[in-house]
Amino acid sequence: MKIGVFICHCGENIGRTVDCPRVAKACEWLPGVEVSIDYKYMCSDPGQNMIKKEIIDKKLDAIVVGSCSPHMHEKTFRKAAVAAGINPFLVEIANLREHCSWVHDDIELATDKAIDLVRMSVEKVKRNQPLTTIEVPVTKRTLVIGGGIAGIQAALDVANAGYEVVLVEKEPSIGGHMSQLSETFPTLDCSQCILTPRMVEVYQHPKIKLMTYSEVEKVDGFIGNFTVTIRKKARHIDEEKCTGCGLCITKCPTKKKAYNSFEENLAFRPAVYVPFPQAVPNIPVIDETVCMYYKNGKCGVCVKVCGREAIMFDQQDKLVTEEVGAIIMATGYKLYNIDKKPDDSIYKGYGEYGYGKYKDVIDGLQFERIASASGPTEGEFKRPSDGKEPKKIVFIQCVGSRDESKGFSYCSKICCMYTAKHAMLYKHKVHDGEAYVFYMDIRSGGKMYDEFVRRAIEEDGVKYIRGRVSKITEEDGKYIVKGEDTLSGMPITIDADMVVLATAMIAQPDASELAQTIGIPYDKHGFFNEAHPKLRPIESTTGGVFLAGACQSPKDIPESVAMASAAAAKAMVLFGSDMLEREPVVAKVNADLCAGCFYCKKVCPYSAVEVREVKTRDGIVIKEIAYVNEGLCQGCGTCTATCPSKSIELAGFNNEEIFAQIAAL
Amino acid sequence: MKVGYFPGCSQTGTAKEYDTSLRKVVEKLGTSFDELKDWSCCGATSAHVTNHQLSNALAMRNIMIAEQQGLDEMVAPCAACYNRLVLSQHETNKHPEVKAKVESILETKFTKEVKVMNLLELFMKIGLEKIKENRKVELKELKVACYYGCLLVRPSEITKFDDSEQPESMEKVVEMTGAKTVDWNSKVECCGAAHSIARRDIVLDLSQKILDDAKKHGANVMVVACPMCHTNLDMRQTAMRHVNPEHQDFPVLYLTELIGLALGMDEKELGINLHTIKFNYNELVAEKAAV
Repeated sequence: MKIGVFICHCGENIGRTVDCPRVAKACEWLPGVEVSIDYKYMCSDPGQNMIKKEIIDKKLDAIVVGSCSPHMHEKTFRKAAVAAGINPFLVEIANLREHCSWVHDDIELATDKAIDLVRMSVEKVKRNQPLTTIEVPVTKRTLVIGGGIAGIQAALDVANAGYEVVLVEKEPSIGGHMSQLSETFPTLDCSQCILTPRMVEVYQHPKIKLMTYSEVEKVDGFIGNFTVTIRKKARHIDEEKCTGCGLCITKCPTKKKAYNSFEENLAFRPAVYVPFPQAVPNIPVIDETVCMYYKNGKCGVCVKVCGREAIMFDQQDKLVTEEVGAIIMATGYKLYNIDKKPDDSIYKGYGEYGYGKYKDVIDGLQFERIASASGPTEGEFKRPSDGKEPKKIVFIQCVGSRDESKGFSYCSKICCMYTAKHAMLYKHKVHDGEAYVFYMDIRSGGKMYDEFVRRAIEEDGVKYIRGRVSKITEEDGKYIVKGEDTLSGMPITIDADMVVLATAMIAQPDASELAQTIGIPYDKHGFFNEAHPKLRPIESTTGGVFLAGACQSPKDIPESVAMASAAAAKAMVLFGSDMLEREPVVAKVNADLCAGCFYCKKVCPYSAVEVREVKTRDGIVIKEIAYVNEGLCQGCGTCTATCPSKSIELAGFNNEEIFAQIAAL
Repeated sequence: MKVGYFPGCSQTGTAKEYDTSLRKVVEKLGTSFDELKDWSCCGATSAHVTNHQLSNALAMRNIMIAEQQGLDEMVAPCAACYNRLVLSQHETNKHPEVKAKVESILETKFTKEVKVMNLLELFMKIGLEKIKENRKVELKELKVACYYGCLLVRPSEITKFDDSEQPESMEKVVEMTGAKTVDWNSKVECCGAAHSIARRDIVLDLSQKILDDAKKHGANVMVVACPMCHTNLDMRQTAMRHVNPEHQDFPVLYLTELIGLALGMDEKELGINLHTIKFNYNELVAEKAAV
């Protein structure tokens, strides 16, 4: 067997700490190595051509490339090898960058290690088997999880391209947080006015199957072939019959039984409700926890008033299965609430701001509802405690954000902008009012963003104070805000009528659970992880699962929409071909050796192991053995490590190959 | 039940009545103190601002004595002592090099962790119900502003006791005496003790604000658990009157004195007569009745 070794300097990335010419020289003498050369950029065109030329000239059977991680350029080198006529799986990458040069500083030792790494790969590649890629069909349907602006945009883009979409939203209506906003920055146009046409478009789209009040419960399968189980929660209303007339809502005797979460708990709602007047679909939900019928079996006023007999008290949750090829995550965010945290929480919360005990110390979304024409005060500025118009409002930024001791280390990114917007909206309606903003820095990067903040300061006279607030106390209906003006170095006290806290944007509380259900990674805060922070920001590391909007990190509307369209495009790339090529790195069971203990079945994270019966000619079952479904197997190797009789082997990483690699050390 | 007792310097001087009332109250509640033999300075104030190692060694010396006396827990009624002891213990446990240094200075080896309690933890340990059970007088006429000051509940990551911004533990103890508590804003504000000597003007201003806030929220007495707080809030009222002729006297009691009154002891027995601002519960009741 003739092997070629190619050592890449990666500019200075490897060359700085690994003496590449020495590595190439040392590898010349390894048994089986025909040629060993180094080059500045092996991934460049001349580099690849060099590999191709050597393969053809020296009639090489296999090659080892000492370069960056296989995540980066394995594909490049495999393609070069294929062009020169050798099987792509007879290419091994020795990771000399991430595993060597980047993590060491001693040139001598790093070079010795690099030689070891190449030698290991040479021993492995000698035993590599030529493999052929597996082709699987693609289901050209997309599941979008989350019906906020990101989910709506992604669903519309995919559907407009002609592919079917299943849009799942856990709330009774789509619209998400954007439907709660009064106006949007930096143009101050009405949020509902620009959002609701999109919501209606989703509802009317023939290619979109909308499932509200539903949650994804299980995801099986793999890229191109997912089977999704969705729980359709019982609305207790027949969706087919209901016309959305709203009689049941107006007649329900439990007028103010429950907090209205759409109004951020600033108002109440009855047991049967739609979250807001423009809800899509305009079909109410009966809340079992407050409905009198579920308490004592009486009432039933809604049944009497509904002319369509649409009330279904005995309706149960339903599990629905959908087949899709791509999944777009658009589950959005939550606001960090200022209530006292449980003792075991790692977040301390803000005792100095009263842990939510002061009624007029509210968060940003509550302020949006107060400012909104459709909100509980119909757009008039009235404070929650006594309904009086606040004449002095203090806005505090970075509550929970950029504060590791009490909240989160990251910047929530949108608060500088929305706080400026809040102060502006207030000043536009209450001309004699005063607005103060406590800030750490003003972060207003974006088109027309900084101009917007300047406008708040210069035209609308919002007073910006650089510094933090140390305490809020209540005295005679006023909120005494004590802080520091760090520019003048003086303590400052403001007696405000209302305080608005720009609390951190955080991941949905069940985000990590959902990520585990779907099988995508997430960070310590619960935000979903992208495959590469710069070059693959839309994809998760799981094939066929894409990310859109604030589920990945705090984002504003334009960014969420852009990301949603990008995710839609990524799904459509997948649908561009009928068959999908998959790596043949899958596990295979040796039927003669398998004892049928099925430990492999228990440990397989992808449910790829099945039970197969072994029969005699007469059809008598003599034993049961494991069988790996190639379509489902992701080649993680957990089963091969678990199998007590060593009867499962992973193609491309079999025992012989791995042991040879270890023995070469 | 035997609890180690570390009085600290104030208890032998400016806060003599705190010491007296604490010992009496604890005895009434059926707990006995085992005073640390040959206890020394806790390492606060001058030590911890000039020499960190010295302050750790001083604090740990007292904890060492407790360990040698076979105690599992000890109480430091002064908030500054408590804070110093807990912080030093935390630092010693967390950093092996600090521990090694302290052990070499003290020529000892620490083998167990003596739990250092503050005054509130002590009463929780004894059992709040015990106060109620042994109560002779229900202090119904008192509206108490519980003042924690800066050291008792900070830093909460280390003291692991109550909330540093909205504490409630002292209220729970006070309510056992039958007194009412008021919700007020200055529970954890600074009384200015650190500037006690150098900037008396700051101390007067800060302490005045605390007293005014308590009055404003309807309190007729303030309760503290720290000798420094008491010095500033009680003793400085004479000076406050000089600066601000409208200042009206406001009684400030130690928590132990309040409990002592509820357990049926009189002001003189508890040492309340040693305070700058006079306080007599029966007189207060009589005044109320007269009105």
